Amino acid sequence: MLGRTLQEVSAALKQGQITPVELCQKCLSLIKKTKFLNAYITISEEVALKQAEESEKRYKKGHSLGALDGIPVAVKDNFSTSGIETTCASNMLKGYVPPYNATVVQRLLDQGAVLMGKTNLDEFAMGALGSDTGGSTRNPAAHCGIVGFKPSYGLVSRHGLIPLVNSMDVPGILTRCVDDAATVLGVLAGHDPKDSTTIQDPGKPFMLSSLTDVSKLCIGIPKEYLVPELSSEVRSFWSKAANLFESEGAKVIEVSLPHTSYSIVCYHVLCTSEVASNMARFDGLEYGHRCDIDVSTEAMYAATRREGFNDVVRGRILAGNFFLLKENYANYFIKAQKVRRLIANDFVNVFNSGVDVLLTPTTLSEAVPYLEFIKEDNRTRSAQDDIFTQAVNMAGLPAVSVPVALSNQGLPVGLQFIGRAFCDQQLLTVAKWFEKQVQFPVIHLQELMDDCSSVFEIEKLASVSLKQ
Amino acid sequence: MAAPMLRGCCLGRCWALACIDSSSRHGRGAATGFTSSGKRGQSFVAQQPLLTAQKSRKGEHKWAAVVGLEIHAQIASNSKLFSGSQVHFAAPPNSLVSFFDASLPGTLPVLNRRCVEAAVMTGLALNCHINKKSLFDRKHYFYADLPAGYQITQQRLPIAVNGSLAYSVCVGKKWRQVITKTVRIKQIQLEQDSGKSLHDELRSQTLIDLNRAGVGLLEVVLEPDMSCGEEAATAVRELQLILQALGTSQANMAEGQLRVDANISVHHPGEPLGVRTEVKNLNSARFLARAIDYEIQRQINELENGCEILNETRSFDYKLGCTVPMRDKEGKQDYRWLLLLFMPEPNLPPLLLYDTASLPAGADPQQVINIDRIQEQLPELPSETREKLIQQYGILPEHSFALLNEVGLLEFFQNVIKETRAEPKKVTSWVLNIFLGFLKQRNLAVNESPVTPSVLAELLNLLDRKVISSAAAKQVFEELWRSKGKTPSQIVSERKLELMQDEEALERVCHAVMEGHPQVVMDTKRGNPRAINKLIGLVRKVTHNRADPTVIKEILEKQLSS
Repeated sequence: MLGRTLQEVSAALKQGQITPVELCQKCLSLIKKTKFLNAYITISEEVALKQAEESEKRYKKGHSLGALDGIPVAVKDNFSTSGIETTCASNMLKGYVPPYNATVVQRLLDQGAVLMGKTNLDEFAMGALGSDTGGSTRNPAAHCGIVGFKPSYGLVSRHGLIPLVNSMDVPGILTRCVDDAATVLGVLAGHDPKDSTTIQDPGKPFMLSSLTDVSKLCIGIPKEYLVPELSSEVRSFWSKAANLFESEGAKVIEVSLPHTSYSIVCYHVLCTSEVASNMARFDGLEYGHRCDIDVSTEAMYAATRREGFNDVVRGRILAGNFFLLKENYANYFIKAQKVRRLIANDFVNVFNSGVDVLLTPTTLSEAVPYLEFIKEDNRTRSAQDDIFTQAVNMAGLPAVSVPVALSNQGLPVGLQFIGRAFCDQQLLTVAKWFEKQVQFPVIHLQELMDDCSSVFEIEKLASVSLKQ
Repeated sequence: MAAPMLRGCCLGRCWALACIDSSSRHGRGAATGFTSSGKRGQSFVAQQPLLTAQKSRKGEHKWAAVVGLEIHAQIASNSKLFSGSQVHFAAPPNSLVSFFDASLPGTLPVLNRRCVEAAVMTGLALNCHINKKSLFDRKHYFYADLPAGYQITQQRLPIAVNGSLAYSVCVGKKWRQVITKTVRIKQIQLEQDSGKSLHDELRSQTLIDLNRAGVGLLEVVLEPDMSCGEEAATAVRELQLILQALGTSQANMAEGQLRVDANISVHHPGEPLGVRTEVKNLNSARFLARAIDYEIQRQINELENGCEILNETRSFDYKLGCTVPMRDKEGKQDYRWLLLLFMPEPNLPPLLLYDTASLPAGADPQQVINIDRIQEQLPELPSETREKLIQQYGILPEHSFALLNEVGLLEFFQNVIKETRAEPKKVTSWVLNIFLGFLKQRNLAVNESPVTPSVLAELLNLLDRKVISSAAAKQVFEELWRSKGKTPSQIVSERKLELMQDEEALERVCHAVMEGHPQVVMDTKRGNPRAINKLIGLVRKVTHNRADPTVIKEILEKQLSS
């Protein structure tokens, strides 16, 4: 049951094959079994069971709230959850219990979804899963063999999402299939009076039709995304995908996004500047961590922030403040904003030339082993991880990573589709067609765990990660 | 340590008007005009009356002062600029704080329509160009009462620019000549107020009240077109009256709804402007004038002693009457202003305004602001009100200023006029001299007066009908102040203050007085013009002020010539 799609589980709930409480308990037990993975920071067991019971009552009365009623969901720990600790995996917010729900969390709960807990992330989501600032929904999805969807900027409310980069952050959706992503998007999308950057137009319900004919489609292959670091395996999956579209009658053309190579460094300047600004509020006065030093307000600030933030966060704050200094502002921040506009225009030009959707890799390679992963410093790592994903955030476009196949090592590989701004539905329709063609095998965590030669080995690895 | 005083300054005499020696008249832009060449010499003495006294002592160079202002006016609005929290003065600490105001992570700003309308309205009233597109920025600094670590303001592209504010000063020997000066308005920007820090020095702790955090402010930047404290104070007073007339701010300085920072420098006319200092947080018109004049004199003294002026932030110590370098309450020099970082506010899209021509078809009226509509709804401004008073009642310009200058005084005046047959000039004189004098003596506001407009109107009617003399009227007025609830007629009859209507009886009194004072009668007959007044005075004394002096005079003259 846990390996199935949202639609399948929803149908099973409706038919009474399983009750919401049973489903919730199964989930909780899997979460406990996989605790060594550190996937969750907080497991909201009591709340989840209570929500499941309420859902069960609704099903019994025949008053189900819809496709999400009774469905277990997890939320990244940078979304504010009323009454449930929200830490951003930072010492700074240890023990912080928000008094309100993020709009997206509220919308899920209003539909009867059952919140299992808060999932792990890099401190303040500086490179992890669930929300998407530079690729943090699509990259993990590619590595995990699931669908990771980043909606158009402005389509889904950020209210309650603890920000990394306000102008790029978007709540991301991780599901087993494209249809499920569309279902969740249908619940989350729409104007939120609490977020002035959400668009006013009332969105149409997201119902994905099944494409049978792709002959009218034009798929763009950006040549700048063919970088030397791209693994040959991913490269071959990418070209196979292009061939697939072509063989089914779609027009597949090579396109150019000429400013792509400036994207990462531009992202770095804008991201660190906004981080420096957004982190200014963590001064230990109103909430979160506060040090014991009380010599003066300034000494208190300094020690609180020294203790509360890790090296990566502090590094970005320092870099960001450097870029915002009066003497550097024009040379770095303004210039980066201009480059950002050029990057966004690259996409506009390509789409204006008749391209419907762009097809790119999501990541350079499949997931690398932990020991390999920690070799590089955070900056290099995020530059590598976000290479194909962050330009989309700077342009505010919708993009989705769809699993395509398993590598020789047996690890999942995903490809990315990028759509026109606010053409999320068209994008997902194409992704759905592709998903159907490739028939990616469903990954069952249970089986993988049974396959594991030694869980002990993994636990050892996990403990290494904790010490880091 | 008193501040250098304006020559011929007449504090308190001319109410709203700044009173400056007649030689100081210079129009718009005069202060900045100092830099133009070929204008050295005498004319600058005239433009800088404040400094001439000292200069003539020292001889050589003349100094000119340049004053610009940054004014923060709290917007009169039910809720804050970016959150739904209520706005109230003196509410219990931290009782008006939303999640956004406390900067809880994940909260976002939502712009308050009322505040935008107030900014547009103020901009229009101050002759500004309204930017149809304006932007919000974050201004970063760490301070305990700034929860987000930044203030949202409009640094790059403010909502209104390039306006002007006209204010009047009266000049001439008797302060009878009113001249209008203009100060240019650089811009008006919307921004958030900070919270309040309360320093408990005894326990060495700082307490934070966030009730004020996030309240909408209009920052009005006045160009350095002023040249002394009185000019600045008068310009601020006029702005205050405009804001109050518009209803965009209560602009009560004592409650901190209007706060002024002054930028001040001195230089030799014709030479580049000097290094400026900023005197912050001036919260009364009187201290504003005193602080500026002190600071001008201090800078001159420093420069003449061969010292340099530091570009620094200073505050005014109203007890000592001088400005001192600003330090924060924890004892450090306030340097954070030097390290300000700015960044565009990413959570607020550009603020777009429309006029009737550019209004998008089918736009939701709740979502758009039409500048033309606001222009149509502009109320009467103080300058227009004064002009009307002058036209309608024939009163003097300086009286029109005085009537507007006290809260509620104009309304009081108009209510008296409605109910009395007395001449407007008479009413003006009573309201401004006697009524206002009483209020000032007792430190009362107009609405605290025990004498209502109808009561004063009745009293003036008695006077107009010659039921009582002017002196008796003043006596009645005093009585009214003491015994609330009595009518003027009651007091007149109780105290027997009616004028003597019996002419024969009055003739007998006149006759008796003349008999008793033959020497004065002789003087009168010899043509001493003052002697008859003495006789009139004597008659009035005998009649206990109940006789009309003009009637007495008629009778006396008749009897003297017979």
